[in-house]
Amino acid sequence: MFKDVTIGQYYPADSILHKLDPRVKFLGTVIFIVSVFLVRGFAGYAFVTAVLVTLIALSKVPFRFMLKGLRAILIILCITMIFNMFLTPGEVIFQKWIFKITREGVIQAVRMGVRLAYLVIGSSIMTLTTTPNQLTDAMESLFSPLKVVHAPVHEIAMMMSIALRFIPILMEETDKIMKAQIARGADFESGGIVKRIMNMIPLLVPLFVSAFRRANDLAMAMEARCYHGGEGRTQMKPLKYSGRDIVAYILIIGFLAGCIFFRITRL
Amino acid sequence: MILELKNVSFTYSRGTTYSVKALDNINLSIDEGQFIGVIGHTGSGKSTLIQHLNGLMQPTEGQVFYEGQDIWGSTDPAEQGKKKVSKKNRYDLRSLRTHVGLVFQYPENQLFETDVISDVSFGPKNQGLDETEIRRRAEEALRQTGVAEKFWKVSPFELSGGQKRRVAIAGVLAMNPKVLILDEPTAGLDPQGRDDILDQIKKLHDERGITILLVSHSMEDVANYADRIIVVNDGKIADDGTPKEVFSHYRELEKMGLAAPQTTYIVNELAERGMDVDTTATTITEAKESILKALLEKGQLRKGETFV
Ligand SMILES: Nc1ncnc2c1ncn2[C@@H]1O[C@H](COP(=O)(O)OP(=O)(O)OP(=O)(O)O)[C@@H](O)[C@H]1O
Ligand SMILES: [Mg+2]
Repeated sequence: MFKDVTIGQYYPADSILHKLDPRVKFLGTVIFIVSVFLVRGFAGYAFVTAVLVTLIALSKVPFRFMLKGLRAILIILCITMIFNMFLTPGEVIFQKWIFKITREGVIQAVRMGVRLAYLVIGSSIMTLTTTPNQLTDAMESLFSPLKVVHAPVHEIAMMMSIALRFIPILMEETDKIMKAQIARGADFESGGIVKRIMNMIPLLVPLFVSAFRRANDLAMAMEARCYHGGEGRTQMKPLKYSGRDIVAYILIIGFLAGCIFFRITRL
Repeated sequence: MILELKNVSFTYSRGTTYSVKALDNINLSIDEGQFIGVIGHTGSGKSTLIQHLNGLMQPTEGQVFYEGQDIWGSTDPAEQGKKKVSKKNRYDLRSLRTHVGLVFQYPENQLFETDVISDVSFGPKNQGLDETEIRRRAEEALRQTGVAEKFWKVSPFELSGGQKRRVAIAGVLAMNPKVLILDEPTAGLDPQGRDDILDQIKKLHDERGITILLVSHSMEDVANYADRIIVVNDGKIADDGTPKEVFSHYRELEKMGLAAPQTTYIVNELAERGMDVDTTATTITEAKESILKALLEKGQLRKGETFV
């Protein structure tokens, strides 16, 4: 049920982006991020913005969910913009004491701000429309060529999906144990740093005990079902490209070509 | 009246696509000294309800009163009725939690100390009592829950499931609560362990006069021990009364995915077939007496003769 997907921020909806193969979305996101750093001029950004707005509309996810990710990096965003504004050399347009703002600085700050914001919104679109499990499947499939050089791609993907599966369980467990200890008068909120750390013991010990127990149970259950690693293992729901995925790839390549064009022409 | 809920509603993950209304306009008052059974099928909102009684959860709507004081309101009458309560006038929830002890489902998962007695001492220690009093409380609680003295110095992780459960219950009991709430204290125990724990709880109720709220899936258990039953269904209180009253509505209970104790079915079946038995009998003893009486009156059984 919903507890499976609380990690990441998957937003269930019935849109073309949700239905797309996760590999397409993963590669598309990578290309989008590259493009955001590729384009420099006004026309280029207008083009990227238009594509982004279209994607947001297609995703059927309310825009405020994408802004949530933005809120998390607000401080980094501000710091980056301020540093760029004050520290870029060039034509001075404002000066007070040792601080001076240059024309180039303002442009650079706006550019960096837009880049970071687009980067976050772009990857949010992927995580909002793709479940974490689909994402690990996509990564396993995309990185499988590395198996040739004996990279444990399957094992890493398996570990990632187990970790993803365990995060909500452990969060729930933390919440439960915390409440149980609060009911016994535990205090997790007041006191100095040392006291606070000491106060965490009644939470951490049971949490570790239960995490190890769960890990042990899972290992047993996997072994009981003859799990033996990735060799020769098939998937229950293998990823398969359909017509719309091909179209999406063509559009992505077109988008990349467009961005390269804007870069070369410096528009 | 020791605890009271007024129009309490609670919604999980409010404002998201996953929001669940777990409690819907609950009104409830609990008197001192009652032994209350709380029943309801999985997901009906029992655990959510009891966590409101000791201030672990704040209702999204409505008020919770402990001994007449609104636990989320201000302690200063001048500030009453205001939405925002200033810090110094906030109700002391930590002390409330020592008065209203809550034992969670599978409480053995909360054990953390190096030995049993230190774990049980955790609650009283947080109350700021002195060494000797902490020790006295812990020992008393362990005795009352039936943990033998030879286990007091061993690590709680070396105990069996049932023993751990007792230690965990003792950990809450050691705070000397006036109200003890237990969320399925017998889940996953064998019949013997189950009866032991319930008998201990009953003894606490009778001897110390503690108000008990027992959440349970077993109709037999609540029929045997409780003097009042609250039925929760879909976040609402569907029924509230003595075991006899509640189980006489067994057809409604079935619609909620619950059932009455087996004895209720037996006496009702017998009554349908023309036997003059008391259909409100809920415990085995009551049913037995009523059946014997009916047989005696019919002349099918001579005086002094019994089956068992
Ligand atoms: N942490 C949570 N987040 C979101 N929804 C929750 C959460 N905990 C419970 N719920 C939902 O609230 C409702 C009531 O849950 P609750 O745990 O109170 O049921 P319960 O009567 O105690 O069930 P059980 O007999 O299985 O213990 C359920 O629909 C449940 O899915
Ligand atoms: Mg429950």
